[in-house]
Amino acid sequence: MSFLNVIRKRLLFLILVVLGVSAITFAISHLIPGDPARLVAGDRASDEVVASIRTQMGLDRPLPEQYWNYLKGTVQGDLGISLRTNRPVADDLFAFFPATIELALVALSLAILMGVPLGVLSAVYRDRPIDHLVRTVSVTGISTPAFWLGLLLIMTFYGSLGWLPSGGRIDPNLAMPTRVSGLFLIDSLLAGDWRAFASTIQHLILPAFTLGFIHLGVVARQIRSAMLDELQQDYVRTSRASGLSRWRVILGHALPNALIPSVTVLGLALGDLLYGAVLTETVFAWPGMGAYVVNSIQSLDFPAVMGFAVVVSFAYVLVNLAVDIAYMLIDPRIRGVN
Amino acid sequence: MTSSQGLSVPPPTTETQVIAPKTTVSGGYDWRFLLYRLRSSPLTVVGLLMIGIVLFLILFAPWIATHDPNGLNLKARLAAPSLAHWFGTDEVGRDLFSRVIYGGRQSVGVGFFVVFIAGSIGTVLGCLAGIIGGKFDSLMMRIMDVVLSVPSLVLTMALAAALGASLLNAMLAMAVVRIPFYVRLARGQALIIREMPYVKAARIFGASSWQILYWHVARNALPPLVVQATLDLGGAILMASALSFIGLGAQQPTAEWGAMVATGRNYILDQWWYSAFPGFAIFFTATGFNLLGDGVRDLLDPRQKGR
Repeated sequence: MSFLNVIRKRLLFLILVVLGVSAITFAISHLIPGDPARLVAGDRASDEVVASIRTQMGLDRPLPEQYWNYLKGTVQGDLGISLRTNRPVADDLFAFFPATIELALVALSLAILMGVPLGVLSAVYRDRPIDHLVRTVSVTGISTPAFWLGLLLIMTFYGSLGWLPSGGRIDPNLAMPTRVSGLFLIDSLLAGDWRAFASTIQHLILPAFTLGFIHLGVVARQIRSAMLDELQQDYVRTSRASGLSRWRVILGHALPNALIPSVTVLGLALGDLLYGAVLTETVFAWPGMGAYVVNSIQSLDFPAVMGFAVVVSFAYVLVNLAVDIAYMLIDPRIRGVN
Repeated sequence: MTSSQGLSVPPPTTETQVIAPKTTVSGGYDWRFLLYRLRSSPLTVVGLLMIGIVLFLILFAPWIATHDPNGLNLKARLAAPSLAHWFGTDEVGRDLFSRVIYGGRQSVGVGFFVVFIAGSIGTVLGCLAGIIGGKFDSLMMRIMDVVLSVPSLVLTMALAAALGASLLNAMLAMAVVRIPFYVRLARGQALIIREMPYVKAARIFGASSWQILYWHVARNALPPLVVQATLDLGGAILMASALSFIGLGAQQPTAEWGAMVATGRNYILDQWWYSAFPGFAIFFTATGFNLLGDGVRDLLDPRQKGR
């Protein structure tokens, strides 16, 4: 199968996913006990008002027609109106999306910066104390409830020490940087606003560490496993025999090769981070999509919840597609033979 | 696809060796051999010990708990940990130690329930897809692909929110979302097993698909599914507590770890113990199950040893 064929197949699957996810969310919104029209109209509305809202929302149409309309809307970016904010769900999500991306990217960078060295050390010193330590840290990361770690950090660094803020994206007394990318780190730099930049970093540390620590284990494990494979290869022994230093071989030869299979896992981690942010954002009052959807759940705002599910699923599949393409570009073996 | 998969399958002995390192003459798994292997895996033993402690505390909760988990004592509201209240008390004076012990019944029970339901349904569906093949198989696997392409926490949240906030609904949502993992695994096993000579022989002798499913495929596909289930338990417990934390799982006044952390969040700056202890219980239990899951995978699949 050639490179283009793979991409064509994946794009077809993407369409299938959009159809499937919209079918799932559509089915779920019809599972909701109670009458959505009644929910919109409120408890005290008369039956006539509810009936007219039902017609207005298209809820009196046959189910296949309703699904078709829903699908058409979804594809055109119309995710319905949020019952809580009374604004289009798509607009709400667009407003909150950059905060989530910023948090996820910083967290992923942290996870990679800490996870890759740990994974390498663990593989090089296999079955030695440092290996056991790294493996313990990995399992710990995977087993820690993000919301609990976040609370412990707030307790310590905000409550006891007072070093860092407990939540939000930026000091409320500072003006938000003009939106260019929506990422405060970049926007504040572009505006040359150093105080906003510093404040953003301060606000990012705790949530990014929380989210990054959870994924640190995944990264470290993957790197360790891939490094163990590489270190057994003939070229490693040959390079050593021809006089290269041990760490030169490990970092210069084995690590780049070990990173290739790890790209997939790192990509998946980014996808996981996007929605894993739900809990972290809630704890740190981080104004992203995750906190938005939790608030929506608590106020029974189903259009918002379903819109979130559609957007995140779509982003998740897109990230995976991008990762697979990157994987094929990096590794010629897959590009040609497969 | 089937025949090529059938051909690429290693001979039966190799396959069973990969799945279970050693079998006894009677065909059962040699658990003594596993115990022997355990000695070389200290982290697995630690995991087992941790789970042992948790299960002991949960099972004997009525004898271990120092107070009634729902007994109010407004005079001792938000008391710090002391000899009378080891983990302190909550906003209505309930003893947190007792609530954490009893809360484990909810949190750990949910994990077992979810994995059991998802595992059973997924195994049956996967084996059926593998045996019947054809359109049924394609359709089933495409549906599973779509479900798998949705991030599991998001789908679980959406389902649980639609069904209404309760622990039972959260469990159902979690189970539904986990089914595809088991379908895939069981189907893969079924595809291998159905090409085995003894299954072909059974078919020639007129065994029906159901008989083959029950007598041959389901039984032999079990070991890897058990490994998957063990690996899954820690994650299921974590997700159940996460759902409770955002208000989709257990509701007040049920003692449940995630819900307790959520309420304790309101008192986080002055009463650290309220969130800290139930959260630690989640962490401790999930670590135990994850260590055990890793260990079991290593034990049953020597290729993965030490990964």
